[in-house]
Amino acid sequence: MSPLARLILARLASGLLTLLTVSLLVFLATEMLPGDVAQAVLGQSATPDAVAALRASMHLDQPGWLRYLLWLQGLLSFNPGHSLVNDLPIATLVGSRLPNSLLLAALTALVAVPIALTLGITAAVWRGSRYDRIVGLFTISAVSVPEFLVATLAVLIFAVQLHWLPSMFYRLDLSSPLQMLRVFALPVITLSFVVIAQIARMTRAALINVLDSAYIEMAVLKGVRPVRLVLRHALPNVLGPVVNAVALSVSFLLGGVIIVETIFNYPGLAKLMVDAVSTRDMPLVQACAMIFCAAYLLLVTLADITAILANPRLRHR
Amino acid sequence: MDDKPPPLVEVDKLCVTAGAQTIVRDVSFTIAPGEVLALIGESGSGKTTIALSLLGHARPGCRIASGSIRVGAHLPIRLRPAELARFRGRHVSYIAQSAAAAFNPAQRLMAQVTESAILHGLPRADAEARARTLFRALALPDPEGVGALFPHQVSGGQLQRLMAAMALITEPQLVILDEPTTALDVTTQIEVLRAFKQVVRERGATALYVSHDLAVVAQMADRIIVLRDGAMQEMAPTATMLAAPAHPYTQSLLAAAEPTPRLIAPPVAAAPLLRVENLVAGYGPRNAQGQPMIPVLHDVGFSIAPGSVLGVIGESGCGKSTLAQVIAGLLPAAAGRITLDGEPLAPALADRSRDQLRRIQIVFQSPDMALNPAHSVRQLLGRPLQFYFGLRGAELDRRIAALLDMVRLPAGLAARLPAGLSGGQKQRLNLARALAAEPALLLCDEVTSALDTVVAAAILDLLAELRRELGIACMFISHDLSTIRAICDQVMILYAGRAVEQGGRQVMQQTPMHPYTDLLLSSVPALRTGWLDSLSATHLAEAEGGLTRAAAALPCPFQPRCAVRIAGVCERQPPPLRHLAKGAEILCHHDEAALRAAQQHDAPAFASAAPLASAH
Amino acid sequence: MSGILIRHRPASLAGLLVVGVWVVLAAFGPLLAPHAETAASLGIPFDSISRAAPLGTDYLGRDMLTRILYGARYTVGVAAIATVLASLSGTLLALAAATTGGWIDTCLSRLLDAMISLPSLLFALVVVAAVGSTIPVLILTAAIIYLPGAYRTVRALAVDIAAMEFVKVARARGEGSFYIMHTEILPNIVLPVLTDFGLRFIYVVLLLSGLSFLGLGIQPPYADWGSLVRENMEGLAYGAPAIIMPALAIASLTIGINLLIDSLPKPGDADGR
Repeated sequence: MSPLARLILARLASGLLTLLTVSLLVFLATEMLPGDVAQAVLGQSATPDAVAALRASMHLDQPGWLRYLLWLQGLLSFNPGHSLVNDLPIATLVGSRLPNSLLLAALTALVAVPIALTLGITAAVWRGSRYDRIVGLFTISAVSVPEFLVATLAVLIFAVQLHWLPSMFYRLDLSSPLQMLRVFALPVITLSFVVIAQIARMTRAALINVLDSAYIEMAVLKGVRPVRLVLRHALPNVLGPVVNAVALSVSFLLGGVIIVETIFNYPGLAKLMVDAVSTRDMPLVQACAMIFCAAYLLLVTLADITAILANPRLRHR
Repeated sequence: MDDKPPPLVEVDKLCVTAGAQTIVRDVSFTIAPGEVLALIGESGSGKTTIALSLLGHARPGCRIASGSIRVGAHLPIRLRPAELARFRGRHVSYIAQSAAAAFNPAQRLMAQVTESAILHGLPRADAEARARTLFRALALPDPEGVGALFPHQVSGGQLQRLMAAMALITEPQLVILDEPTTALDVTTQIEVLRAFKQVVRERGATALYVSHDLAVVAQMADRIIVLRDGAMQEMAPTATMLAAPAHPYTQSLLAAAEPTPRLIAPPVAAAPLLRVENLVAGYGPRNAQGQPMIPVLHDVGFSIAPGSVLGVIGESGCGKSTLAQVIAGLLPAAAGRITLDGEPLAPALADRSRDQLRRIQIVFQSPDMALNPAHSVRQLLGRPLQFYFGLRGAELDRRIAALLDMVRLPAGLAARLPAGLSGGQKQRLNLARALAAEPALLLCDEVTSALDTVVAAAILDLLAELRRELGIACMFISHDLSTIRAICDQVMILYAGRAVEQGGRQVMQQTPMHPYTDLLLSSVPALRTGWLDSLSATHLAEAEGGLTRAAAALPCPFQPRCAVRIAGVCERQPPPLRHLAKGAEILCHHDEAALRAAQQHDAPAFASAAPLASAH
Repeated sequence: MSGILIRHRPASLAGLLVVGVWVVLAAFGPLLAPHAETAASLGIPFDSISRAAPLGTDYLGRDMLTRILYGARYTVGVAAIATVLASLSGTLLALAAATTGGWIDTCLSRLLDAMISLPSLLFALVVVAAVGSTIPVLILTAAIIYLPGAYRTVRALAVDIAAMEFVKVARARGEGSFYIMHTEILPNIVLPVLTDFGLRFIYVVLLLSGLSFLGLGIQPPYADWGSLVRENMEGLAYGAPAIIMPALAIASLTIGINLLIDSLPKPGDADGR
């Protein structure tokens, strides 16, 4: 096996190992729940027989490690059990919400990543200029502001003052591009805000690092002009860090999705999870958490593999 | 009568400023077509700044304040950005100090070498053909295939030659070489110098050669300018400058480049202070035989008498710094025996007594790394005094003042942080801290290598004085032969972790010697013109190879490069230890007579150039 | 390393000023508040800015200035305790790992790396779902969530320093691990560790107010700034100051800290929040 393939396999394996550790952490965290879950679900008036039956069906009479394994098996076979609140299969609940969240995330990435890269690259190239300082002030403010402030300001401006957009999300109306724009504009603007700032900051830092290197000075002294300097000489060397920045921003996106779906009442997975937390529907909380973590780890792992492939030292030995 | 062509380059009253500071002051010179002019100076002399202004470039924070520059028909410091881009690379090209940093890691070599030719209008196919011609002219191995590689896939010496190809591909009017061989080992340096010289000569190129090394410049330049603190001190043809330097600063540079021996007769002692036998050390986990995965030192043995200096010489990667760390206990040896005053030393730090630790002190190369930037001079010197002797209060202060005085530092520095000291002062402080422990043995790891020659010479003087006053023994590690010659009683030459030759200091002056010693000594540029051209073909062939990882594992690691290897023997059996009449031990299959015969015709240039025996 | 704490730039000074004001208000806010914390209605709900209510009134017609001043102690105080816990324990573990190395370092780094890959708000939601959201639980949860980040930053810094030659000199002298950690390494990383502390404080403030905003953070009758935004969501339709003011308070605090630490070396730029 080539050293490169071994490196990539090792990275994949480490991603899986991390996911397994995460599943253990999620399981342990929810195991801290005080009291008897079955009793809590059925209420004080339940007969002891009913409680015992529920306990058995939830494997609460089994030792902890066995429950963990059963739970893991359920997750892997896409059948993580039933909601405690409405008894629907979790797979059905998640299945109806997940595509909505993916759509929202994809739209945000589509809007945010190009803007962020443009901002980051231009700020690095014109380092120290007034433009750079303004971009810097914007990004530093955007990463330190809570999403709900961005969301409320957006609603105040576009919905309350200008009446351009609806302030609440009523139904997922994708009948025409205009409708889609009206529906998604506010959530996507809110989410993009932080993501743009984060990626732009990291892109700028990575690019500046490279622009200070001796081989860039060498290229300047060879008569290479600025555009070619950035596109051909600098950017290939920041691919790894930038892809990583994009992937890391996903964790920001995740936090943002939870807030944004709640504010705009968007029928996504995060809203499902927040509702499950309020009703203490633990199996649903666990399942949602694992989906989010798996998605995050997948992206980070992909980013690392891209960085490995983008590094000529690793690609050509 | 005067039919000399007009100069190609004219620099007149050039001034460069960095903020309020003037870093280049009123520098004027001309370069005739086909001439090689050298700028010589120590760090901070402004030599690179001047070279870059010929390209119309000032580093961030610097500004070309006044003066004029003409290169051919162009005035680089007057050009607008777009004109500058057309001018650079086409009319003036640049060869930087560290090729490893100046090549883009993400592009293939051919793309980088041909880029400026293509940008300036040459079709790609022509540019690549021209590049391959240059690769051949620069004696690069595999001239057809090397272009497809990435920078990390070729050696440092090859990269430096590839950068020469990159600079010459547009057939520029002027080539600037900025310390092009400083980062290389001596044996690698000569092949690169040879390649440069040949290409410059063949093409009649005009060049500006920037360096701190007079001996290197003596081989390359027609004329030399000496710079100090941004101002010109002296300008003269090379031969004149070397034979009769006019300016006192030039004289001090020349003196420092060929340091006089600072020898003290070591006290005659029966028992050695330090004895090392069959030492094996390296990095990584150990295998079943107890050998480390990445072996660095193989079966090294030597001893150091009380009060004497052992010089350890070798090129980068030979294991000389590892040796110091093993003796200090920082890297526990995998096998072998170390004794101090007859007492065995445990391999690991934790198993040595505090007094054993005290008696061996290590001094590292770079004082910037070796002195904690958060600690004041008082703290740095006070800690070993407290730790080993429990000193405190007034007595501590007295001792600190005495130590500062011992290394010629003013007592007023005690409250300063290392950042407030000059490079030479920091290295003195670094030494003083080791002396605070009142050691019997100092391990000096390249202590003068990071310093400018004049400052380094002062440190050597200090070391000699300390030896005389305190009678400390010393293991002095260096890659610089003139430094070793100046201060050592005994020498040991390391190659790929083996002590290929050791003995009294005379082993470096008397033939026969181990073939690697011969190569190493003949690779050190002599301070005279014509040295480079006088090198024998044998030495050049040996220099070509360089040490590879695969070779390091062979029974004789030098064998692939060796001009006198015995086929069928050297690659199979480990070389035996031989005693030579001059008082040396070598690891070689050849006996004394065979080596003498091989080296008779081929006397090292160095041995004839510098009559060392007369110095003492 | 530069010994300059804050370059004298207007932005850094403004940051210092804002953060300073909020810290003082968190400590003494209740003394300065015009009304009592639980004071009854002043009048109309979602009233705009007036002399009686300088920041408007909330959904029950209570004075917003009073609510925000009382909220400061929860937002600033709780976050400060959590951040101190996270940074202190993270730093100690990191220094121990960096100086000892070996399997302790490997295991600790592995475990904490796995914890970093749990997105912070998600982790908090899981914990809150399981054990509820009392103030001690919130503090502990935030501390645990941000411990790995502090650990990673400090460990990276300490490992760099531990490889320096002056540390080798100290080890060759025979110094113990504690001396090396405390005297050789720590003074060289204080500044970046402080910066990291500031960044982590921002993350904790955002996490806790996010939780409160979801109704899963500090519970009534106590209210931090996040809860104030949540309570007054209905006012959004009227553009009431009651919803904007607490959100702006959070923003001023976090931006202030960021401006303050922007002039210090930044180690934690690359890790997620």
